[in-house]
Parts: sequence; C-alpha cells; structure tokens
Amino acid sequence: MAEPLVQIDGLKVHFPVYAGIFRRHVGDVKAVDDVSLDIFEGETLGLVGESGCGKSTVGRAAIRLYELTDGSVSVDGQDISNSAAGDLRPVRPKMQMIFQDPQASLNPRMTVAAIIGEPLDEHRSLSPSERTARIYELMDQVGLNREFANRYPHEFSGGQRQRIGIARALALNPKFIVCDEPLAALDVSIQAQVVNLLEELQEKYGLTYLFISHDLSMIRRIADRVAVMYLGKIVELAPRDALYDDPAHPYTQALLSAVPEPDPEREPGRQHIILSGDVPSPSDPPSGCNFCTRCPQVMDICRVKEPAFRAIGEGRYAACHLLETT
Amino acid sequence: MPNEGAAILQVKELRTVFQTRQGDVHAVNGVSFELRPGELLGVVGESGSGKSVTMMSLIGLLPSPPAKVTAGQVVFEGQDLLHLSGNELRAIRGAKIGFIFQDPMTSLNPVFTVGFQLMEPLRAHMGLSKTKAKDRAAELLDLVGIPDAKRRLSDFPHQFSGGMRQRVMIAMALACDPKVLIADEPTTALDVTIQAQILELVKELRHKLGMSIIWITHDLGVIAGIADRVMVMYGGQVVEQAPVRELFSNPQHPYTKALLDTVPSVRGTRPGKLQVIEGQPPILYGAPSSCSFSERCAHAFTPCHSQNPPPVAVDGDHNVACLWDVSEGAPRHG
Repeated sequence: MAEPLVQIDGLKVHFPVYAGIFRRHVGDVKAVDDVSLDIFEGETLGLVGESGCGKSTVGRAAIRLYELTDGSVSVDGQDISNSAAGDLRPVRPKMQMIFQDPQASLNPRMTVAAIIGEPLDEHRSLSPSERTARIYELMDQVGLNREFANRYPHEFSGGQRQRIGIARALALNPKFIVCDEPLAALDVSIQAQVVNLLEELQEKYGLTYLFISHDLSMIRRIADRVAVMYLGKIVELAPRDALYDDPAHPYTQALLSAVPEPDPEREPGRQHIILSGDVPSPSDPPSGCNFCTRCPQVMDICRVKEPAFRAIGEGRYAACHLLETT
Repeated sequence: MPNEGAAILQVKELRTVFQTRQGDVHAVNGVSFELRPGELLGVVGESGSGKSVTMMSLIGLLPSPPAKVTAGQVVFEGQDLLHLSGNELRAIRGAKIGFIFQDPMTSLNPVFTVGFQLMEPLRAHMGLSKTKAKDRAAELLDLVGIPDAKRRLSDFPHQFSGGMRQRVMIAMALACDPKVLIADEPTTALDVTIQAQILELVKELRHKLGMSIIWITHDLGVIAGIADRVMVMYGGQVVEQAPVRELFSNPQHPYTKALLDTVPSVRGTRPGKLQVIEGQPPILYGAPSSCSFSERCAHAFTPCHSQNPPPVAVDGDHNVACLWDVSEGAPRHG
C-alpha cells in the first residue's frame, strides 16, 4: 500500500482532574495513552472497544478536536498536532466527522439546506445558485428527497437524520472521515441502509474512514483492518479476516467470544469466555499490562511489565506477553 | 425449561392508544400471547414496534393520560389485571411480577442507597422487619454476583458501574420471588463482555428459581442464546410467534426473514453487501386496516393493502400473520 493518509504516532490525550477549593491538579484521566496508527488512503480502519476505552477520543484527536497531550498526528502529509487554529482552517475541509447521535449533532433551528450548506458558507465562496445546486447534489448522493430541503431535523426519522449528517460531512469533498458510532442510535434494518450508503460513497469518492464502533459484527462488515482498544491503548491491530478468524490477544478473544450469535442451534451450547469484573478506571490504570486485572491467562510478568506493541505476523500487531515468548 | 400446562399469563387482543394533540397513536393493536410456566419468551422488534408499550400496559406502568388501554384482557392467576384498582395492582407489581428496565442509571433513585431501594419491596410486599429485610437484601446482592454484598448495601447507585447497577436492578426485580419477570432490553446499555456476564447470570438464576421470563430485545443473537419461544412484533402487532429454532430455521413472515438477513455476524461467511429492508417503520395514526409491513414488503400483493392479516397457525406452535405463503411462494389459501 501507498503512503498512509493519516499517521498517528505515540498519541496521548490526558484530561486533568482538579479537586479541592484551590482546584489543585490531582491527577489525569489517561483517556488515550500511547496510541500509534497508520490509516491508508481508501481503506476503512475499524476501531473497536468497550465504552470508556478511549476510542472516541482517538477519533476526535485524529482531527484535532481535542488538544494532544503528547505525540503527533499528520493528515495528508501535514503535521497538525501543534498547528494554530488559523493554520488548521485550510486543512479542515480534508477531514470531517459523522457523529453518533444525529439528534444532538444537528441544530434544531436550522433547515436541512442550511445545515448541509454551512460548511460551504465557511470554506467556499459559491454564488447562491451554485450553493443550492451543490446542496441538492449532496442530498441526492445520500438518498434524501430534494423536496425536504426546507424542513427541520425533527421532521425526519433517525436514519434520515444520519443521512443529513453524512451529507454535511461530504459537502467539502473530504478525504478522511471519522465515523464515531454512526449506527449506534439506529435500528438494525436502518443500520444496514446507512452502512451500504457509507460503502457506496467510499467506492465513488475514494474516501478513507476511521470507523469507531462497539459493534463487532458491524465492524466485520465494513472495515478492512481492525484495531482493538482497551483502557486507552491498542491491544491488537490486524487485517479484518485474520482478526476474526484467529484473534491473538486474550482480550480480543474474550470480546469476540462474548458476542452472541444469531443461531439457536449453536448459541445456547457455546462456551463463552466470561471476563470477571469491570474495566479499571483510566485515571488509575493497573501497573504492568492494563488488561492484567481481568485476563484469564494472566502471568506474573503481566502485573509488573507493560507488554510492547509489536509485529506478530503479516500486518498484525499485538501487545501481550503471551505472544512474546513464542 | 418450558413444561406444558396452563399458561401463567394470558394476553388477549390488547390495544393501547396514546392520545396526542396530533390524534391517537395506535401503539399496540390487538396483541395476543401467552406465557407458559418456566419458559423464556423473547420479544423482538425495532424501536416503535410496540414491544415495551405492550409489556408496560400489562401491569399498568404507562402514565394515563396520554396512554390508554382501550381493549383486551390480561389474565394472571385468574384475575384480569386490566380491571384491578391501583392498590390491587401495586400488590402484584414487584411481588408477583418483576420488571427490569433498560437503563439502570435512570431507573434507580440516586438519592437513596441501594440497600434502601432493595429493602423497600421486601418490607412493603413481604412485611419483613428492617433487620430481616437487610439480611435478605444482602443475600440478593450476593445472588446476582456482587462481591462484598453486605457492605455495598450502604452504597449509592453512582458508586456502582453500569454492569453492577444492572445486577442491582435484577436483584430488585427478584426480591419477592416473582412468578413472572419482564426484562425490557436489560443488556442493551451494556458492553458485550458485561452483557455476557449478565446473560450467564440470568441463565443460572432461571434454573435456580424457575420463573417465567419475558425478555424484550432487538438483538437476535441474545434471543438465539436464551429464548425458548420468540414473538416478533411490527407496527404494534405480533407478526410471528414460534419456538426459537423453528423461527430461525424456518421464518414465515417476510419481516422476520428480512430481519434475519440484515443481521451481520462475527462468524461464518461475510456477506458481499448487507440486505436492506427499504423504507421506514410506520407511524400508527389510526388502527391498521392493512398489513402494517405491506409498504416495505417484497411479496406484497393487492389484498395486503386492504386487509390486516390475522394470525394463522403454520405448524403446531408456530403462527404467522401474513397472507403470503413463503414455502409455497404463493398467496396463502383459506
């Protein structure tokens, strides 16, 4: 594959915690702690993990919606990790985002045309007729009826609202789109419609997606490569089929085993790997491997030494002591 | 496991209407089903299909107005629950019929300790003294797998994680040994690994306590793992009802079939493109006069748009409300 479109290197995003009457800095929530990722042009990188693992924070930091604590991010060859707001502005059209909750991410007082046209007003100087033509074109692309251009978001169903959000993200012909759980608020039958739309658009315009989700079966459908996050770190990164057929990291194994299969012949008798306990707090992660408190195959070294994130095969990476000995 | 015998809960032709300013919304349109002793009945459907409203109507949990149960019968232990007074109903709710809600954060009271909330039904329904109720509450927390149960009684809901809170909700629903447990999407708000823990717990408790469960979900994977029978809802009606294996291997309603086809899996062959059910679920102003799925159905033919199909038995325990016969590939006879 060619040069990566997005390079994330040693990314850390820590949120400070203040307490007491002097609001003293008492610690940090380590939402993302040393994450490195390359995303290649035209691919979909799936990012999965449970709630609170920092996957959305990675997505937001990748397009500089959060300030980075440490590390670097570059998009299309340009380092944006420390750019000033003014320098960032010309880069913004290249990178867009589709949000989880289409209800909350659309302004209820703006019409569909105004919502989709807003990025055009900000970054392009189009004549009114050109602008209208572009808005109609975008609405056609995402399968919204042109006649609805002057309606308000509340008049649409969840799936249609998500289409409005997608049209807005497409307005400036971006190269890279961060999809932050775009399906989570939708019903199964509507999810399939949106997934197919995203795939069509990718084929047509050569888009690159960072697709964040907790739904492993949907990620399998849409992603080319998959990264699994746990407590602020990537534990495994692999091409899709390799990851689903032969997960290497114990956490990935447990995660895949926990997904119930829609097959009553097999499902009731299947042996699940049941993880005990909950995810530790990211403000006070365990020493050694982050997963050592819940890992069914924990060893002594795991509680002391943090495993390195290293190559374990063709395009496959994992961070686990079990895989180092072999 | 299900054993034959008289149904423990019988629902006949239940209809619920929401009176809104835009007119009446017919959320539940003639739902009939029965729950047998010891079985787990799965209820699947998309949001707005009326699955939660049906179950809440049964035990009078919907605020009225706007909600109004306009017709039907809910027979539980020889009584029609729809004709009971508020007090009589309150004596049944929580004591004989337990309810687990979807969101464990909003359904626990944040200003009372978990112990207090657990002891409340025990003292009200079973008349236990404070000390006895406390012992029983600790026992319940222990039963649902919360470590250090005695000490955690004095903790507030915010001190528990999401999965632990859902365990507390289950403990509360089980407090008075209910005969029927209604669980409304109890694992939807949880992560998969926590969901797996809760599902294991429910399977285990079912065998220990032997109650009947109604489990509402939209996740067909969960249904496949735990249900004995499944009821598929669409547009406020039951479109198909069958034992779980039968439903997955031999779906009769085009909606059930489409639903099974749209669901991706983490195993097996990966589909080239996802099957899609075109269109949107209906908004139900007015009682249905045609099949509510006809607008989105690939098999729809003329009568589908003018008559609402009644449920027909296909094979013993399997019935479907559709005019099209999938196995014949032709309209159903008679």
